[in-house]
Amino acid sequence: MRAELLEKIIHARKQARAVVMISHLDTHTQYLYSGNGEPDADSIPEELSAQARLLLKEDRSQLVETAGGQVFFHVFNTPLRMLIVGAVHIAQHLAPMATMCGYDVTVIDPRKSFASRERFPGISLNTAWPDEALRELAVDGRTAIVTLSHDPKLDDPALAAALQSDAFYIGALGSRKTQAGRRQRLVEKGFSEEQQLRISGPVGLDIGARTPAEIALSIMAQVTEKRCSETD
Amino acid sequence: MQERQEDILGLAHKWHNEGKQVALATVVSTWGSSPRSCGSQLVVHEGGEFFGSVSGGCVETAVITEALEVMQSGTPRLLEFSVSNEMAWDVGLACGGTVRIYVEPVTA
Repeated sequence: MRAELLEKIIHARKQARAVVMISHLDTHTQYLYSGNGEPDADSIPEELSAQARLLLKEDRSQLVETAGGQVFFHVFNTPLRMLIVGAVHIAQHLAPMATMCGYDVTVIDPRKSFASRERFPGISLNTAWPDEALRELAVDGRTAIVTLSHDPKLDDPALAAALQSDAFYIGALGSRKTQAGRRQRLVEKGFSEEQQLRISGPVGLDIGARTPAEIALSIMAQVTEKRCSETD
Repeated sequence: MQERQEDILGLAHKWHNEGKQVALATVVSTWGSSPRSCGSQLVVHEGGEFFGSVSGGCVETAVITEALEVMQSGTPRLLEFSVSNEMAWDVGLACGGTVRIYVEPVTA
């Protein structure tokens, strides 16, 4: 691979743009396909760019037998993101766990004593009100949203914004009783019970988790399950 | 600790810029049971230091050896490891799958 192509992929990922590296395994010719029609896209044979477009949509890297030989399409999709509302103890465990799983994590909490550098070393923090923060962060279909604050003042606006987004996962911390209250409040805000089925609450897989780290693990497992079931 | 695609590519870029010879290994197809999916990558430099993975640790040593030769020759190679392959048993691909790995040098 030419260093120049490597730079282009790295640059695209920094800008959260999807690209597909097309490698001809017999002739070793390589092209970089970018979803939004970069200038050098013109030099890519139509047959190859059509295949790249399809595989990007399916988020699937694949070896394809073409008339000209074996071609590998390497999909570099936009980054997976996790937005955590509530800079609480569970978030302190979930944020590094999600980072390790390949997510760009942002912890959102207007309470600056919670969303502090000391409590979240190396994690992006956003101290805007949750609904504002979610709008600002342009939630897409590669984003998971988890509300953990346990405070309706913070969680409710976040869930309302999440329900209006394309987020692939929405989870809300809280007991069954808390969830019933949340459902009622969101219905009053105009979100039907059916729309709210998108929200996983109580959040996380039922593995009997007790400690903050275990609860974070159950949430990470559920987010993983959701993402994998969508791409399979 | 984190092993992200951009870290692997970033490291390939960094090592290349430091004047090291660098190769990238990419899983291009898998059949049957294999621990790393299509697109998984490993980067290695001339000193043998590597980052990332293309299997559960079964074929990395063999891939690195091939990668060092690819750096020398400058020509990419397509490797295949499977249970029906003598070499695969030697390197221990015990999970019973087949994996094809494209190894290419990073060039100026």
